[in-house]
Amino acid sequence: MAIGAAPAINAIAASDSHSTAQAVKKANSEALSAQRWGMVIDTNKLNDEIAENIVEACHKAHNVPDFNHEPDEEKFPGTRPVNHDQEVKWIWEEHFKHAFPGKEDEFLAEKFRHLPFLVTCNHCKNAPCVQACPTQATFKREDGIVLMDFHRCIGCRFCMAACPFGARSFNFRDPRPFIEETDPDFPTRSKGVVEKCNLCAERLAQGKQPHCVEASQGAITVGDLDDPSSDVRALLSERYSIRRKQELGTEPSVYYIM
Amino acid sequence: MLEIAIKGSKKYWIWLGLLLAVMGAGFIVYIDQFINGLMITGMSRDVSWGFYIANFTYLVGVAAGGVMVVIPYYLHNYEKFHRITILGEFLAVASLIMCLLFIVVDLGQPVRMLNVLLYPTPHSMLFWDMCVLNGYLFLNIIIGWKVLEAERNQVEPPKWTKPLIYLSIPFAIGIHTVTAFLYCGLPGRGFWLTAILAPRFLASAFAAGPAVLILLSYIIKKVTKFDPGREAIQTLSKIVCYALIANVFFFACEIFVTYYSKIPGHMSHIDYLFFGLHGHNALVPWMWTSITLMLIGIGLLVVPALRSNVTLLPFTCIMVVIGTWIDKSLGMISGGFVPSPLHTITEYAPTGKEVIISLGVFATGFFILTILFKLATRVKEEVRG
Repeated sequence: MAIGAAPAINAIAASDSHSTAQAVKKANSEALSAQRWGMVIDTNKLNDEIAENIVEACHKAHNVPDFNHEPDEEKFPGTRPVNHDQEVKWIWEEHFKHAFPGKEDEFLAEKFRHLPFLVTCNHCKNAPCVQACPTQATFKREDGIVLMDFHRCIGCRFCMAACPFGARSFNFRDPRPFIEETDPDFPTRSKGVVEKCNLCAERLAQGKQPHCVEASQGAITVGDLDDPSSDVRALLSERYSIRRKQELGTEPSVYYIM
Repeated sequence: MLEIAIKGSKKYWIWLGLLLAVMGAGFIVYIDQFINGLMITGMSRDVSWGFYIANFTYLVGVAAGGVMVVIPYYLHNYEKFHRITILGEFLAVASLIMCLLFIVVDLGQPVRMLNVLLYPTPHSMLFWDMCVLNGYLFLNIIIGWKVLEAERNQVEPPKWTKPLIYLSIPFAIGIHTVTAFLYCGLPGRGFWLTAILAPRFLASAFAAGPAVLILLSYIIKKVTKFDPGREAIQTLSKIVCYALIANVFFFACEIFVTYYSKIPGHMSHIDYLFFGLHGHNALVPWMWTSITLMLIGIGLLVVPALRSNVTLLPFTCIMVVIGTWIDKSLGMISGGFVPSPLHTITEYAPTGKEVIISLGVFATGFFILTILFKLATRVKEEVRG
């Protein structure tokens, strides 16, 4: 009797859960997934204009403050002057000698000297920032993306000392007065926490490409480094590429096609 | 025993009042930092640690230096240190409290600091640093208090304090080793990435800690009826001498490896500190002052006649303290961050607010130290009298 009744009860329970719309944790079937996410930047396809668009697209969508923005005096009265050395950035342009300081060469081909190199978090396989963080606020997801929990971060900045790529920024102050237009799809940060590129994990989860890829006019490709048939692997198998400070063994996941 | 602390001369109260005033000033500025963030400091994206962490590092050394009186007294029964051992332990307590305060004022989100306990993370050196610093602090509080209480009651200290005393020795080495590990395990920072860093930290600690203790002994002798003993101070000065020589020697080893190998990622930091880099040379005078003070210090400590000159010794110790402070705080932090991983130069100097908050922390430490030393010296006066 009891055994016979069980399926019926389960059926009721199941229909019940549908009607009350219980929160169900379920992966979006359209979400993009990978064993190990990586990025390939084709430096030949980048120029200053495209690079600027990429930086702007990323920073706007992620509510990254712009210290050149004049704060709204009504909304944020008495905002103190900024110190530009305390800026926040997720992706930005650098010259070759700064992007690859160990590869500086006085006889470097002229074209490389002036090319814009976009630098950002490398989502290292052996990320020193993840190792350094005392609260696991910085952590590595199974798919290789190094993410941050802005609500757990205590602001000790050990990760900033640990990162060999200067990819991390600290909110020395409340960033909100310096966000021109807040994008409601992404959280703003509070003062006192560290932040950096998240490889648009929030977009990948919706089946969309990262903002930088969309704005790059084909210069940036993001895909699965562990999948031999992926776009990124196809690029890497055809073209010569380098990574930043490869000798440190952090295994950066961002490749630069030269 | 605490009742001793509320009986004192007028000078005692003026001194405590002065310290309270500095603490208050530091606290008021800290409220500004708490509300507006670390923007009030001179730190930046490139130099993300500054004056707070620099002083933290130095004071961990002063705390660890206390073991230089504990080892001779408890392991070698060196009776001359009987009177000052408690001073070394209490100095460690005050230094550690300053260390912890410097960490707290450096946090961007201090209200979340217990996350370190909520999410213990053994692969982070900061987690271990927290463990050893707090462990050493509690060991010293318990040991210092129990031993002093026993002395007051003229009985032997309880037997269970002995294992704690022995345990405090590896802890003392541990706090400074782990503090060095915070820096020297980071792959992209050539200045810190050296196995000699922990030994160097310890050497400079064993010079700075006893040097501070000598200075405090002079002050105690002046303001109380308690005499820490001339021979104890002489032995301490020998310890300072050896440790200071070791520190400078380790630094010389670092210089050799860096400049003989000529690896740019290691050279650029020392270049910046001692010669300036691309016209940026804020630390150059400081670093040469540090080296000069340490070398003169060695000279004045090595020659027996100069070392045993009681008028000269406190000045020598002041030189040692300043020299090692520049070496291990200002130079150690700025040198590690400049040039940045992208080989750009952002120089660092603390702001006035940062300095006032730091002075507030120091005043808190001295406040605690004054009370603890008051207890210790008073008990010793009682027993003797």
